[in-house]
Amino acid sequence: MKLMTTLLAASALVALTAGAAQAKQLVYCSEASPAHFDPGPLTGGNDFDASSHTIYNRLVDFKPGTTEVIPSLAESWEISEDGLEYTFKLRPGVKFHTQPYFTPTRDLTAEDVVFSFERQMDEESPWFNYLEGMTWDYFQGMDMPKYIASMEAVDDLTFKLTLTEPNAPMLANLAMDFAAIVSKEYADQLEASGDLAAFSTQPVGTGPFQLVDYQLDTVIRYQAFADYWEGKQPIDDLIFAITTDASVRAQRLIAGECDIMPYPAPADLEALQADEDLTVVEGEGLNIGYISYNTTEAPFDNPEVRKALTMAIDKSAIIEAVYQGAGQDAKNLIPPTMWSYDDATEADVYDPEEAKRILEEAGVTDLTTDLWAIPVSRPYNPNGQRVAELIQADWAAVGVTANIVTYEWTEYRERGKQADRKGPFMIGWTGDNGDPDNFFATLFSCSAIGVSNYSSWCNDDFEAAIQAAKTTSDQEERIELYTTAQEIFKAEEPAITLAHSKVFMPMKKTVLNYTLSPLGTHSFRYVDVQE
Amino acid sequence: MLNFVLRRIALLIPTIIGISICAFAFVRVLPGDPILAMAGQHGVSPERYEVLREQFGYNLPIWQQYFNYLGSVLQGNFGNSLATKRPVITEFMTLFPATVELAFCALFFAVIIGIPAGIFAAIKRGSWFDQAAMGVALTGYSMPIFWWGLLLIIFFSGYLGWTPVSGRIALSFFLRPITGFMLIDTLLYGNWPAFVSALRHLILPAIVLGTIPLAVIARQTRSAMLEVLGEDYVRTAKAKGMSPRRVVNVHALRNALIPVITTIGLQIGLLLGGAILTETIFTWPGIGKWMIDSIFKRDYVVVQSGLLIIALIVMAVNLIVDLLYALINPRIRVK
Amino acid sequence: MTIPVEPVATTTKPISGLREFWYYFSVNRGALIGLTVFAILVLMAIFAPLIAPYSPDIQYRDALLKPPSWDINGDPRFFLGTDPVGRDILSRLIHGARYSLFIGFFVVVGALFVGVILGALAGYFGGWVDVVIMRIMDIILAFPSLLLALVLVAILGPGLFNAMIAIAIVLQPHFARLVRAAVMAEKNREYVTAAKLSGAGHLRLMLVTILPNCLGPIIVQATLSFSNAILDAAALGFLGMGAQPPTPEWGTMLATAREFILKAPWVVTFPGLAILITVLAINLIGDGLRDALDPKLKRS
Repeated sequence: MKLMTTLLAASALVALTAGAAQAKQLVYCSEASPAHFDPGPLTGGNDFDASSHTIYNRLVDFKPGTTEVIPSLAESWEISEDGLEYTFKLRPGVKFHTQPYFTPTRDLTAEDVVFSFERQMDEESPWFNYLEGMTWDYFQGMDMPKYIASMEAVDDLTFKLTLTEPNAPMLANLAMDFAAIVSKEYADQLEASGDLAAFSTQPVGTGPFQLVDYQLDTVIRYQAFADYWEGKQPIDDLIFAITTDASVRAQRLIAGECDIMPYPAPADLEALQADEDLTVVEGEGLNIGYISYNTTEAPFDNPEVRKALTMAIDKSAIIEAVYQGAGQDAKNLIPPTMWSYDDATEADVYDPEEAKRILEEAGVTDLTTDLWAIPVSRPYNPNGQRVAELIQADWAAVGVTANIVTYEWTEYRERGKQADRKGPFMIGWTGDNGDPDNFFATLFSCSAIGVSNYSSWCNDDFEAAIQAAKTTSDQEERIELYTTAQEIFKAEEPAITLAHSKVFMPMKKTVLNYTLSPLGTHSFRYVDVQE
Repeated sequence: MLNFVLRRIALLIPTIIGISICAFAFVRVLPGDPILAMAGQHGVSPERYEVLREQFGYNLPIWQQYFNYLGSVLQGNFGNSLATKRPVITEFMTLFPATVELAFCALFFAVIIGIPAGIFAAIKRGSWFDQAAMGVALTGYSMPIFWWGLLLIIFFSGYLGWTPVSGRIALSFFLRPITGFMLIDTLLYGNWPAFVSALRHLILPAIVLGTIPLAVIARQTRSAMLEVLGEDYVRTAKAKGMSPRRVVNVHALRNALIPVITTIGLQIGLLLGGAILTETIFTWPGIGKWMIDSIFKRDYVVVQSGLLIIALIVMAVNLIVDLLYALINPRIRVK
Repeated sequence: MTIPVEPVATTTKPISGLREFWYYFSVNRGALIGLTVFAILVLMAIFAPLIAPYSPDIQYRDALLKPPSWDINGDPRFFLGTDPVGRDILSRLIHGARYSLFIGFFVVVGALFVGVILGALAGYFGGWVDVVIMRIMDIILAFPSLLLALVLVAILGPGLFNAMIAIAIVLQPHFARLVRAAVMAEKNREYVTAAKLSGAGHLRLMLVTILPNCLGPIIVQATLSFSNAILDAAALGFLGMGAQPPTPEWGTMLATAREFILKAPWVVTFPGLAILITVLAINLIGDGLRDALDPKLKRS
């Protein structure tokens, strides 16, 4: 026991001295291992945090803390009158990282930009399929191949993008993670050596940090890039300590093993907020947790029945028991921080008596239905099972019997898409680019039936509004159209809009200048640590 | 002896083939679609889906898929992880040392406490020490170790703050792995503080993983000792006036330890299983956690090859234990 | 679960054997304590709806995550506190006893049934039957049991019943091996030869003549499996692959409560304690049975 105490004391001492001798470092307890470091084909928020926000930049960027698009690698841009031609002026003198495995001989040019996108759409390119079984998920998902007519490097610092038809959200798309600009020179070097896969494990970018080392499932180390075009970052070393369990992350933060962490378990918030060495930064998430009725299935094909069932649910109980205060009641499909949010919409009321009356009036008695519960924890719904249990109890009170069903996550979504799916289906969405189109059209357009329109809901007026809003670039007009869309949505109730979850970032008080992103990304650009 | 060894190995071949079929078949019947599992919230287009199916060979007849798989495994290619696209064997080799290190320390902890406790309990049979030790051992044996781990974390890391919460070494130490064994690497670098830090990180997980082996070893040692102490030659030695300590050291201990060694050997396979829970609780970057994550992520290639590799290792360990046992105890060989 | 005790005595030994067995069992204080605790658990499980103060599924929305009643913030209505959706933990634990004992019982019966048949076939017939069966057992045993159970549950789909099947599959080779060894040892004894000569068929020889003579070790193995089954089921539940919420299975309760480990330690502590007590009681009984049935240890 004495030996033990000595050892503990010794190591505590060492930790102190080691800390003082080190350069300024920030330790981020991240929630999962990145698959690799090429943001193009990746899909997970944790993947992007470890690659696109540290190692790379994009042509344009979201202003920190907002979804407003601002210049990044492109200093300025022009959009032609017809909305089809985008001309970007690149920032001169942008340097790529120098790594043991690559020494750049030139600065960023339009060639790099062309390559960054071409590799994602040109099936003939060796880079289109450079990793076994890869897909360019976001590039496809945002319909880029459909919209891009051509790309051109006009000169070293001018990049021209031509579209097939006007697309209002295009600029925001280019600020998304998949649009990271990579080095063509590095790609050529790897192509010559034949080791294409290294592109994903030994990344080279223009971003604020460069990769030093990655120990599988354990720790990622970055150092600040000295020649970064915005100037070197205030911190010297950035460390991602991969800690998958939320409670363990919280304990590591409290124990001082890390400086900042994402996604605290709602249950731990109180303890984290009470800790005097910590602050918990809080913000609105750009997401929605909802439950899709199958609007083609009786009796859910009757909007009155749908509204009555929604009315029978005590949403405040769900927000308290499941989100534990880390969520807010959703009255619209889009979250309140998004432009065009219709604040005039009335919140759902909880009135089991009235609900029962309407159901009886509609001839719905002794209804037995399946209720689909998501099998995994998502930012928009931390515990689908618990939500289902609560709704089950609420519906029982109005005479509706709900059987909770669930499947493995991929199978769950596949089965949910089926047109003949029985029963309301729990699902949600996290915004990609801050554009309302990314919610309305992706989730409830007619063409999304069988893809991500789990309500199989196709309403002509709604469809007309959102399609018109997609092609016009007049902001006022778009807001008006989306307001109409929200009114129709509420009157028809194709889905129960449950909640928008809040985002929390607990961190030490010594962490300065951290800005919470509504898009759910975690960027350590501009962050400093107080000594 | 050589004959015996060869026969034992020959017996393993059908088992190995069976294991490979099982690992392969399990993954084919897992619900969910490997290609969809790779895609994100936007899904994958039907055309691309077909292309990928072909690329992975999922469109071939099942037996052909199996033989293709077997063929590449025999060439040392266990496939690439669907999630990270890295070779499974590379990931395994990176993570395996962490599990071995943890299992070894757990076993070390179990042996240095379990054997003396067992011996002492046998000598002082019926004493308060015997009863207390065996009571504790049985409690340890009955312990749901995932719960035990959580309790230890709450108490030692959360409440007392004595031990780190998770990880293998403090993040302030940046040592590129040489052997992958943190305790050895830190010594190779001559970095004493790093070694101490690695040790502190190991203590709780090793205790949790070592709890059941400790209980088993203590109980086994006690009953083996009791048996030996009852044998004629020990009684004779006692009767001849040999001091009790000498009786234990010279006669009893050596014979009693043979079955204990076998028990320890058999624990190694169990430790790999127990590592799943321990590694999950402590977020220890080893193969147990890797397998669990892969099952949940539906990383089919990792699950399939991971199962195969782990089963092969367990079999190899069991074989070595058997052979060692035969070496110590020649009577076995005749059978 | 004292049922297995009787057949030992009645089939293998005369009445004095039962008495002798009980004598050796009852001098073991631990075994008696275990038996008592176990009996209480069984009664609790049977009469759960009568004993439990509340239904395990009723959500008291006004009392989410209440600490035990002796705590300052406790609610006198809920002795062991409430869980995140306001259900009474004590009631859930009492009902949970049903699941754990049922899991243990079902798994042991299943594993015993399959394992004894396979083991007896392998041991009795020998030759290629033996080779095939024992190779399959080797394959099952080559995978770490929890890992194999996990994969099987992933295949069958998470759920209590599937978890039980998976655990039974993983545990049965131990029975098969045990029975095979015992049958092989017994099959050339005189009494078996005698029975064979008097015209007994294979089935009769296996089940009636030989099997009762290897009951001792099987019973000990069965108790061991009982506790292992409970632990494994809880572990699967803990990993989210066992019983699904809102089932008040102890491991599942632990898993769903894990996030509250700092904020509300009681929702984590009590289910774990319940598992520990149950498993410990069964293991105490197992130890007692082994000592009472194993003549070698009796002597020393």
